[in-house]
Amino acid sequence: MSNNSSFISIQNVSKSFGSVAAVSDVSMEIGGGEFFSLLGPSGCGKTTLLRMLAGFETPTSGEIVIDGQSMSAVPPHQRPVNMVFQNYAIFPHLNIHDNIAYGMRKERLPQAELDKKVEEMLEMIKLPGYGKRRSHELSGGERQRVALARALIKRPKVLLLDEPLGALDKQLREQMQMELRALQRSVGITFVFVTHDQEEALTMSDRIAVMSKGRTLQIDSPTELYEKPITREVAAFIGTMNFFDGRVVSVDNDQIIVDAGALGIVKGIKDTTNFGVGEMAQIAVRPEKFSLSIGAPNGVGNFIEGNMISTAYLGERSYFHIAVNGIDQPIAVSAQNSASADINIRDHKGQVWLGWPDAAVVLLKQDASHSQAQ
Amino acid sequence: MTDNTATLRSTLPRSTKSGGWLSSLLMRFEALRGYLLLSPTLLIMIIGICVPLFILVGMSLWTQHGFEFDKSLTLANYFNVAEQPIYKALLARSILISGGCALATVILSYPMAYFVAFHVHRHKMVWIILMTLPFWTSYLLRVFSWKIILGYNGVINSGLIGMGLIDQPLEFLLYSPLAVVITLTHAWSAFAILPIYVSLEKIDRSLLEAATDLGDGPVRRFFRITFPMSLPGVIAAALIIFIPTVGDYITPTLLGGPDGIMLANLISAQFGKVNDWPMGAALAIALMVTVALFSVVFVIISRKVTERIT
Amino acid sequence: MSMSYINRPNRPLHVYALLYLAFLYVPVLFLPLFSFNDSIFIAFPLKEFTFKWYEVMFNNEPMLAALANSVKVGVVTSIVATFLGIFAAKAVTRYRMPGRGPVVAFIMLPLVIPGIIFGVSLLILLSELGVRLSLYTVTLGHIIVCVPFAMVTMIPRFEGFDASIEEASSDLGENMWWTFWRVTFPVVFPGIIASFLLCFTISFDEFIIAFFLSGTEPTLPIYMWSQLRFPDKLPGVLALGSIILMVSFVVVFAAHWIRNRGMPYKRVGGV
Repeated sequence: MSNNSSFISIQNVSKSFGSVAAVSDVSMEIGGGEFFSLLGPSGCGKTTLLRMLAGFETPTSGEIVIDGQSMSAVPPHQRPVNMVFQNYAIFPHLNIHDNIAYGMRKERLPQAELDKKVEEMLEMIKLPGYGKRRSHELSGGERQRVALARALIKRPKVLLLDEPLGALDKQLREQMQMELRALQRSVGITFVFVTHDQEEALTMSDRIAVMSKGRTLQIDSPTELYEKPITREVAAFIGTMNFFDGRVVSVDNDQIIVDAGALGIVKGIKDTTNFGVGEMAQIAVRPEKFSLSIGAPNGVGNFIEGNMISTAYLGERSYFHIAVNGIDQPIAVSAQNSASADINIRDHKGQVWLGWPDAAVVLLKQDASHSQAQ
Repeated sequence: MTDNTATLRSTLPRSTKSGGWLSSLLMRFEALRGYLLLSPTLLIMIIGICVPLFILVGMSLWTQHGFEFDKSLTLANYFNVAEQPIYKALLARSILISGGCALATVILSYPMAYFVAFHVHRHKMVWIILMTLPFWTSYLLRVFSWKIILGYNGVINSGLIGMGLIDQPLEFLLYSPLAVVITLTHAWSAFAILPIYVSLEKIDRSLLEAATDLGDGPVRRFFRITFPMSLPGVIAAALIIFIPTVGDYITPTLLGGPDGIMLANLISAQFGKVNDWPMGAALAIALMVTVALFSVVFVIISRKVTERIT
Repeated sequence: MSMSYINRPNRPLHVYALLYLAFLYVPVLFLPLFSFNDSIFIAFPLKEFTFKWYEVMFNNEPMLAALANSVKVGVVTSIVATFLGIFAAKAVTRYRMPGRGPVVAFIMLPLVIPGIIFGVSLLILLSELGVRLSLYTVTLGHIIVCVPFAMVTMIPRFEGFDASIEEASSDLGENMWWTFWRVTFPVVFPGIIASFLLCFTISFDEFIIAFFLSGTEPTLPIYMWSQLRFPDKLPGVLALGSIILMVSFVVVFAAHWIRNRGMPYKRVGGV
């Protein structure tokens, strides 16, 4: 990963449509060869940002630099980027061969060489011999691959992908995720990938920018985003998270101690976020970080008593909701249904014990919902 | 990052490919690109609509003296329109004939449009082509064909005489307001069917099934659901016929006779035999304003009615 | 498509529909009927069958000249109006433009103003400018009337295919003009043909504007109008009318055939 060499630089970019701000003061650096995702709910500005990279929208303010060249005055057809559209945008009046060859007009290749190149692309996307077909004869997955080949034959410096897997069914989508990731590694082109599907983003990306309401909330690797969200919004958007209120009791070199009321005294690991004594803090714990037992756990560690109020069996894992006296929301807990798992707990009603290690605790600022990342 | 940005900005040349201030301006403002593309059309339409209408208004304020125009501005022509009974009578007759024609066309076309929308299941397109095909043939000849039918020696008269039913040709057939209404109705029906058909076709069939399910018979269902929902199409059809027929010249000239001539005949006479262009301009404006007023009143009333029923 | 309770057969309505079609067609079909009748009087009973009126017509030099005039005016009108319609339709469907609604309403104005108003006002404008009336002035008037029709025909074509395929073309390196020729034009082509035919028919058939704006060279409707007063010329006019009738039937069916051929684009564009 070459995060340090900034290949795409987005500098304080804003875009408004009339009085509606779609993107507000977004800055980010994307490295060469990186698989970078823009993740957020619909309307968060991720597609607008992508379309500004492609040149279909012009920033209201700010600047976009790609490979050292400012894009301010470069129209879409002269940019070193290519795009895979959400609906693939296969030209309906051309066959697949002509679709893939579309962008090669200016290369003025001899026909035989062009045909060879197109056939190579068709082989790469595992559709050899499909050149004569028309787009309405192809399935959604096949069209998606044609759109990919049509963009990649131009050897762009950056490939932009606008929710390219959104229209596919679940199985095909998972297969295409693997193929896309493998393809990106082999061609070494920078991919900027827009999606609203957090699982997809976590599976495929080197880094992810989480966006909401036109702003970036956090830009980090999938692991960092999941394990160390820096705001409550990110924590809630990616996966499931339990939140508890608390007040900081003491801070030392490597630990922050928080009084979390009914949850008891919670110890969090001190990282870059600074807390002062007496400050309010949010304690966030992922459902799978809890351990669940019917009898009281013996020995050391954090644990609390609760009442099992619902269970849901989801195949590979089970979900539980546990009510704890003094805490408003029931706590969500998940556990693998592995062979060694305690089968009894799934049918258990009534009293249970929850335990968690100190490392499971993420401490968030109380009012940090709109802070800028990095 | 800020350092990084600053160096990038200072060391890198601005894009060298850009084509000057105009192209960057165009790239930045989408609306400008849209209007640039629209400008040839808009320009032609301004030259063809705004300028002539402006001059038309201007000329209506002049007066004719022999072969010269008196270019001092006066409302004399409009007072003339308001005072002379012949102008008022012709204006009223034009409105009545066109209104009657619009009404007749809508009433005749509605069942046809309904039939194609609800009861034709295969070859819908063939029916639509069949209904609109006569519209593609010469308007002049369509109007003229009614002269053949209704004329003194026409199809009806010669047919009836041939069958021995009458001795003398019926004279009331031709040269009457009725002949004008019949002919206009025939000539414009294709225009009425399409909007009505489209509005009927758009009605969600499950709404009709719901009405039936809730106890409405076919007649009640029609008046409570189908008809109110097709009203926009009916209103459009009525206007599409009313507006152009008010200014029709061919039909009243060929079939109207003295009792059936309309304002358009009078207007064209001002630019021909009578040679009083300013008066013609004033009459044209009177016609246009009357049509606009009636159309607006009609739309307002039908909106109110629609609100009442639905 | 299956018949349900709502659209089960209705016999009276079916009969009405057939009567309605008869009302539409019978008057029109009298034209060819009498064009083959060997009598200058257009009345029953019919006389001998004859082709002589067609012969008369083909030897009628002024009529052929008027036909040629109408074709010239129609072709120029339909080409210009269609191109203006394409530009306008693309602009209003593809760009976010403030004031779009009023601008479209303005261009559509000829649809809701009686033709005689255009004829008269253009006549005044041209005479004030000192422009001599000719086929050019008729063409100008016809273009004004046809542009809204061309635009109404083209707008659904542009709305029917996804704007992203034009973006894809520009993304793949083509500028505005190449994108138009390689993508937009072929995809909206059936619409262009439809608009061309519609505008040609309107211009070919238009009477009132040509009535005010034509100079010494008449268009066909103006020529036919002048002949209607002379009973001995009538059968010749009917012969010509019958031929126009037949040609327009053929053209309309051809247009629908072309439109149906163009349908797959629409289906794909809608995905």
